[in-house]
Amino acid sequence: MRSELIEPPVQLRELTYAEAAREALAQAMEADERVFLFGEDVGVYGGAFGVSGDLVHRFGKDRVIDTPISELGIAGAAVGAAITGMRPVLEIQFSDFVTLAMEQLVNQAAKIRFMFGGKASVPMVVRLPGGSGTGAAAQHSQSLEAWFAHVPGLKVLQPSTPHDAKGMLLAAIDDPNPVLIFEHKLLYKTKGHVPEEPYRVPIGKAAIRREGTDITIVGSSIMALKAQAAAERLAADGISAEVIDLRSLRPIDFTTIAESVRKTHRLMVVYEGVKIMGIGAEISAMIAESEVFDFLDAPIIRLGGADAPIPYNPVLEKAAVPQEDDIVTAAQNLVRRGEA
Amino acid sequence: MTDTATRPNQRPELAALDDATLSAALTRMHLIRKFEEAAEASYMRGLIHGTMHLSIGQEASAVGTTLPLEAHDYILSTHRGHGHCIARGAEPKLMFAEFFGKETGYCKGRGGSMHIADVEGGNLGANGIVGGGLPIAVGVGMSIKAQKNGRVCMVFFGDGASNEGAFHEALNMASIWKLPVVFVCENNKYGMSMDISRAMAVANVADRASAYAMPGHCIDGNDLAGVAAVANEAIARARSGGGPSLIECKTYRLRGHSKSDRNLYRTKEEIEDWRGQDPIRRLEAELQVHDRFGAAELMSLEEDAQREIDAAVEFARTCPDPDPKDLTRDVYAL
Repeated sequence: MRSELIEPPVQLRELTYAEAAREALAQAMEADERVFLFGEDVGVYGGAFGVSGDLVHRFGKDRVIDTPISELGIAGAAVGAAITGMRPVLEIQFSDFVTLAMEQLVNQAAKIRFMFGGKASVPMVVRLPGGSGTGAAAQHSQSLEAWFAHVPGLKVLQPSTPHDAKGMLLAAIDDPNPVLIFEHKLLYKTKGHVPEEPYRVPIGKAAIRREGTDITIVGSSIMALKAQAAAERLAADGISAEVIDLRSLRPIDFTTIAESVRKTHRLMVVYEGVKIMGIGAEISAMIAESEVFDFLDAPIIRLGGADAPIPYNPVLEKAAVPQEDDIVTAAQNLVRRGEA
Repeated sequence: MTDTATRPNQRPELAALDDATLSAALTRMHLIRKFEEAAEASYMRGLIHGTMHLSIGQEASAVGTTLPLEAHDYILSTHRGHGHCIARGAEPKLMFAEFFGKETGYCKGRGGSMHIADVEGGNLGANGIVGGGLPIAVGVGMSIKAQKNGRVCMVFFGDGASNEGAFHEALNMASIWKLPVVFVCENNKYGMSMDISRAMAVANVADRASAYAMPGHCIDGNDLAGVAAVANEAIARARSGGGPSLIECKTYRLRGHSKSDRNLYRTKEEIEDWRGQDPIRRLEAELQVHDRFGAAELMSLEEDAQREIDAAVEFARTCPDPDPKDLTRDVYAL
């Protein structure tokens, strides 16, 4: 212990979120020849957001496979490969395009194990770049993850850090079920510490990013980061916010949220998907149905996407999804409700 | 399958099939017919609470196409899939148990008529979605290629499915990657009620093969020997790395689409015409003409099949229902 005090601090290796995901893919392919990548422009182009990068040169065209623009077809191909002994990792270029693949994901991938009486498994991973903030407008900016969290048989993840981008992708590839990973496009260039060795972040476990006593803020994907930034400002204002990064929509870690609310007595849920009928409704209802309801000192607040498609104009685009200022203001109002 | 020289007076497709193969094929065709008839009767007796899609009249296409497959090959089937299961050697008693929703069924009563699967036996499942199996076949083909295991995947679909985007995406991908897939369209002339001539811009589903640079075979689907010969060629091509083929079996379902069908879209005369093309009777007649089988032998094959089906129904009736406490058991693999 003493020697650590006198040695210079170790420089922790940092990677971007995209690099971290790529490292997970490379390590999974090195460790298991059943793993292969496919999707539109994942080969020499390197993926629309650069996630697959140079992997085609390292693993060859038979394991990093460019596909035609056929989302339904490639989603079905992932199902077929998965039920016959492979571990496919599919990239849907923009998560919006998953609308073209719904049949295979919802009717086939999610249900095959159940329909076949547990006699098959569908170990496939689908990576879906989603979210707004890039000026790509209504058909390239959606946050559709809650749709899939409504489907028994699927798992739905939203890593928010480079560390989780790697660890959750490796866990997803190990998982014997179909797992959808929604990666927010604005996160790809964010940097953070990522250990070099392969590691798994358990699926279905939320992370407490900051401890606090006055309010619980649950954020998913990029909203977990905005909630942390908001919590810093709230601290300067004398409000102690606990920030939970949801990380996994299905299975959902209700225990961590409930324990936190039991302590803070206030709950806010922040997510980019359309506010109504979404993640916030589910978490609010789970609290309302549980004994933790008795611990609430204030109404539950949801901050979610506007009830509109994502607009092109940058001012409107920002207004369509929760921002840091919105979280700060809503938290202040909630905590100081009834004062003055 | 044996040489044709010993049977010089027979057409080559029939001469190519030895007696044991023909006997097995006839048995499976009878089993399918009797299975479907017993399914219908069970429905009338209230033993089945869902609907069903019967393949009476289509037995030659199910049995003929799968005859040249090897034990480790895969099939993917359709909502009208009982025949494909039996053709691939599924046990009728476990199929009936599934049909009756029993825990002992192929899928423990969770799937029913439209989702019978036997994954270990190479049957990757019937499918309730029109065209649902087509893209899955592409992935199975990718698996076979990656694993270099020499298998073939045969995927069945109907004429209606050939108007789904999934059909076109799947044929294109299978062709560009030269996957070992055989696409088998059972064209029974109708989707649910819409005549294929009103639903499709070309005359034959097989005509669409040229758009995907693969062989397209348009054949008499009620001729067992003819179907088997073409399937043999397509399977051999797939297995040797030559890529996919499309086989269109022209056939007819003598029953309606499902139990709600009142046959408003077709005439009694049309149904009767096709009854004259019954694939089982056609094969039996041809075998007798060539003295391959006697009337008594043929009768005994049919009676054996009937006994097996009767026993299968009795087995299934007495099996236990699933326990409601296990409702969510197989939603996720652990």
